[in-house]
Order: sequence, then C-alpha cells, then structure tokens
Amino acid sequence: MRTATTPRGRGTAARSPAAAPPASPGPRRGGRIRTHLPSSPWLFLAPGLLIVAAFGLYPFLSTVAGSFTDARTLTAGQFVGGANYRELVHDALFWTGLRNSLLYVLGVVPLLVVLPLLLAMLVRRQIPGITFFRAAFYTPVVASVVVVGLIWVWLLDDRGLINALLEALGFGRVGFLSDPWLLLLSAMAVTVWKGLGYYMIIYLAALANVPRELHEACAVDGAGALRRFLTVTVPAVRSTMVLVAALSSVGAFKVFSEVYLMAGPTGGPGGEDTTLVMLVQQVGTGLSGRVGYASALSVVVFVLTLGLMLLVLRAHRTEER
Amino acid sequence: MSIRTRQQPDRRDGREHGGRERDGREHGGRRMPRWQLLLRYLLLLAVLALTIGPFLWQLSTSLKGPGEDIYRYPPSLLPHEVTLGNYAGVAQIIPVWDFALNSLKVALANVLTNCAGAALAGYALARMRFRGRRAALVVFIMAMLVPVESIMIAQFVTMRELQLNNTLLGVVLPGCIGAMNVLLMRNAFAALPYEVEEAAYVDGATVWQRFVRIALPSVRGTLAVVAVFAFMGAWDDFLWPLIVLSDQSKFTLTIGLNFLHGTFADNQRLVAAGTVIAVLPLIVLFACLQRSFFRGVGEGAVKG
Repeated sequence: MRTATTPRGRGTAARSPAAAPPASPGPRRGGRIRTHLPSSPWLFLAPGLLIVAAFGLYPFLSTVAGSFTDARTLTAGQFVGGANYRELVHDALFWTGLRNSLLYVLGVVPLLVVLPLLLAMLVRRQIPGITFFRAAFYTPVVASVVVVGLIWVWLLDDRGLINALLEALGFGRVGFLSDPWLLLLSAMAVTVWKGLGYYMIIYLAALANVPRELHEACAVDGAGALRRFLTVTVPAVRSTMVLVAALSSVGAFKVFSEVYLMAGPTGGPGGEDTTLVMLVQQVGTGLSGRVGYASALSVVVFVLTLGLMLLVLRAHRTEER
Repeated sequence: MSIRTRQQPDRRDGREHGGRERDGREHGGRRMPRWQLLLRYLLLLAVLALTIGPFLWQLSTSLKGPGEDIYRYPPSLLPHEVTLGNYAGVAQIIPVWDFALNSLKVALANVLTNCAGAALAGYALARMRFRGRRAALVVFIMAMLVPVESIMIAQFVTMRELQLNNTLLGVVLPGCIGAMNVLLMRNAFAALPYEVEEAAYVDGATVWQRFVRIALPSVRGTLAVVAVFAFMGAWDDFLWPLIVLSDQSKFTLTIGLNFLHGTFADNQRLVAAGTVIAVLPLIVLFACLQRSFFRGVGEGAVKG
C-alpha cells in the first residue's frame, strides 16, 4: 500500500519540510500562502488522531506488552518473559491454526488473482445491460459474511441443494461440512465466491488505463484474443495483480468468519479446522480469557501478516528488475 | 486498496469516457461479431446464476411453507406454498427487528463519524501547512497497517476498562474514524486546485468556511464512497461485535443470525428468513447507489 504525493508538483510541505512557515500570511515559494491559525490543523486532526491513537496504536502497543504477561480478562497479570511464546511453540492447536491459515492463503490467493481479472474482462465492454451484470456480480461483496456463510451452509448441507444435484448426477452425497479437509476447501470456495466482485472492480479500474493503441497494434499484427490478453493486458495490469495478491493474501491469512460459521466456534471436532484468528478470539475473550497468551498469538498474526505482504511486494520488485 | 491520487485527472477521465463510447461498437477497430456477443452474454448469464443463484435459493427457502418439503427432490426454486410466516416466526424466536435497529444505529453512527472525522483530518493533512504534519500522516499510515484482528483482544480489554463492553458505543468506537478513510479524503482534497481557495481567502473566508463551502462540496464523490463503505462495514461486521457484545438485547443482526443458526440450526426456513432480513436492506441500498458507487470507486478510490 502506497501513498503517493499530491499531483503535479504543487509544493506541499511533504516536498519542502525544511522550509519554515512564515509567521504572517504572505507570498511564499510556489505561490502558496499561510491561510490559517496555527491551532486550526490540530483542531481538524484531533478527532481522527484521538480515535486512531486510542483504538489503533495504543492497543497495538499493549498487545505487544501484554504478550509478555500472564494477564487474564479480569486480572492485570505479571511479567512472564517469553513464556507465552514458548508455550505457543508446544501448542498443537497453534500449529493447526497456522497450517490452516497458510493453506487458506495458498488455496485462495491464486484464484482471487486470476478469476476477477477474467471477470473484469468479461464485464469491461459497454454492451447493453452490462451495468446490471456488474452490480449483480458485486452483490456477494455487499452481503455480510455471516449471511454468505449461512447461505452456503444451507447449500452444502448433507441434504442441501448441491448434494441433491450431485446425487441426481449420480455422484452420491459429499460431506462438505463434515470432513475437515472438505470443510476447509468449502470455506475457501466461499471466500473466493465472496471476493470475486471486489477484486473485479479493482481490475476494471486498472483495465480502463490500458492504452487501446497497444491492443490495436497487436490485433493488426494478427494476434488472437488469447495472445493479446497474455502479451498486452496481463503485463499492463501486473502491478494491480500484485496489489490484489497482497490484499487477498492478507485477508485470507486472517480468515475468521467463514470457517467459524461453517465449522463452529471451536473449528470442528478437535479444532481440526481452526484458524489463527479463530484461536485468538477463542483464547482471548470471555470472562476467563487468557489475554496474555492471546496477545502473543496476535503478535504472531501481525508479524506473519506483515511478512506475507512484504513477500508479495518483494516478489513483484525482483520480477520487475 | 492503494491510496493514490489520480495523477492527471482530466486526461484519464477523457480517455475513459472516450474509450467507453467506442468500446460499445468496435474492438481493435472491428465490430464485435454476433457469435462473440452471444457467447459473452451466455458467459455473463452463467456467472449471474453463480453469484445471484445462492441468494435466490435462500429467498425461496424462506418463503416455503411448513407443509412443503424443503429437502424434496427434485429441488424447486419456486415455492409451492408461498408464505411470509417464517418472517413472523423468526421475530418470535429472536427479536430480529431490535437487532436490525441496533445494526442500523451502529451503521449510521459509523457513517457520520467516518465522514466527518475523515474529512476534517484529511483536509488538514492535504490543505494546511504546519509543523508536525508528516508525523500526523505517519500516525494514520501506521494505524492502517495494523490489522484489526491482531489488536482486538487489547481493544476488548480497553473497552472493559472504559466499561463500554456490551454497549453499542463499544461496537462503534474502534472503527468510527478509519485511518484508511482519512487517507482517502486527504487524496481527494489534495487533487483540488488551490486557486479557488486562495481567492476565497483573499475575500476573507476563514479556514472553516473554506472547508465547508468550497472543499467539502468538491469531494462529494469520495465522501459517498466513504459513506457506503462505512455503512457496509458496520452493518456486515461480525468479529468485533461478537467479541464486545454478550447481552442478547444488544446484539446486532449478524450476531443475532449466528445465534439463530446455532440454536435453531434445524429450521432452515427460519434461518433463511433471518438472512434475507439482514441482506435485503443492503442490496436495496446498493442497487440505489450502484451507479455513483461504481463511478466513485472507478475514479480512483480503489485504484491499483
């Protein structure tokens, strides 16, 4: 995620941080003038900074600090050093959660990078009725993940629609929600289904920027549709693909709701389908929540999320060289 | 979602519109053959069935009367014994309308605080020069990078210390001014030309007047995107309300549905009715706003 500078070199403070602001309103380099009281910016910023600091940065610091204590929901806890982290390493559920979260990334991300691009290609042309299709394809994004989860629980039920269809085709019933591996795969499918529309829009915006001339030149050279897609479109939207990969891998790694709804709060029998965030929620909340241990888990989630993102961005950079 | 200002707004707009107009008729200088158009529509319909079908099946289940076998074979999408009884049934088991009201309160509060707070902060970051501006910007960027999932336990403890656990205020507070929205607004304001504001300053307008009368009306598009996302985010959120709320009377719809699903898993008709109640307002809202929404998003809110 990048923030770009303001457009067209309008001299912002970001570009000339060293320039001391003039004491009184007056002409300045770049034609800009000081037009407000010294306190105004801070009044404007106060609500945002307050909320972000109180409910974003402070909790982060206290998570890191708390991970070294044996705090519980109702008690502050003592400093225990790295005990939580040592326990983590020996916690079978932690490894199950880590495995499932990483599997989720591997299963979901390739599909979410490729399928929405194809979908965006499909809805890109301005043909009659296309706005309807675009909006319809976006509907799963709009719906709450709980609604989506419950819809699919019903569809994938032993007696649900999909099993009825499978049986009609002579395949017999499949225990989508009872087999731990199938359940994880089903949850991944639901995540992909729900995410398609979101990434489709991102790709649509990127496709609008692909120069038409390239396509036309390519077509003149006699390249077919597939060839044009691979030699013009894909390279042109490559940086968007990296962005989608980064966003979707971070999202997949932190998966909670789909698996929680389909497998139950504890991740099925023996916690076989639990994910890392499910584990954090399970361990850290409630009246006897082990806040310290959950904090250590949270720190691991944070570090791995960040690592995952850097990994994707780095892969992009080396490829560009 | 990367936050980037449109580098050259006018040029991009021009190209996009021109491109769209031509796109309808030609491709690479040629008309689209009839068979290709047909294939395109077939594919579109297939994807449509895949994305909308599950919702329709849920709607159909919710309308099926008690005498109708919802497991019957072959399955039928059209209910034979149409009834709204399941909706009344849900309301008898769980106070689903109270849950909806709670969700609405949370979502509206989230929209108001996010629009106001993000616009104020974004304006200061984009349009004012002051010592510490970069530091303020860094604070927002850092806050955006910390995943909510990794600080939720600490937030939960903080809320307990503030005695806000199990209140709707506790549900709203952590997300009530999203760092991402601040950065979105900052980019929107930064893309406006300075000259108008400078003229207003010369005419004696204060910074507040310039913000409210000049800058704010010019970023309505981005403001609308922030509003829609804030509403959807709050209405759809599951994990945080699940952690904060314990008292059934405070439940939001998503938590209420999970409760319904857990307790009355056997009665699919009721669960289906509950999900329809939860998703219908959003689909209606989205259908009304989709035109400006797609324009706003396409214009640079979500841009790679």
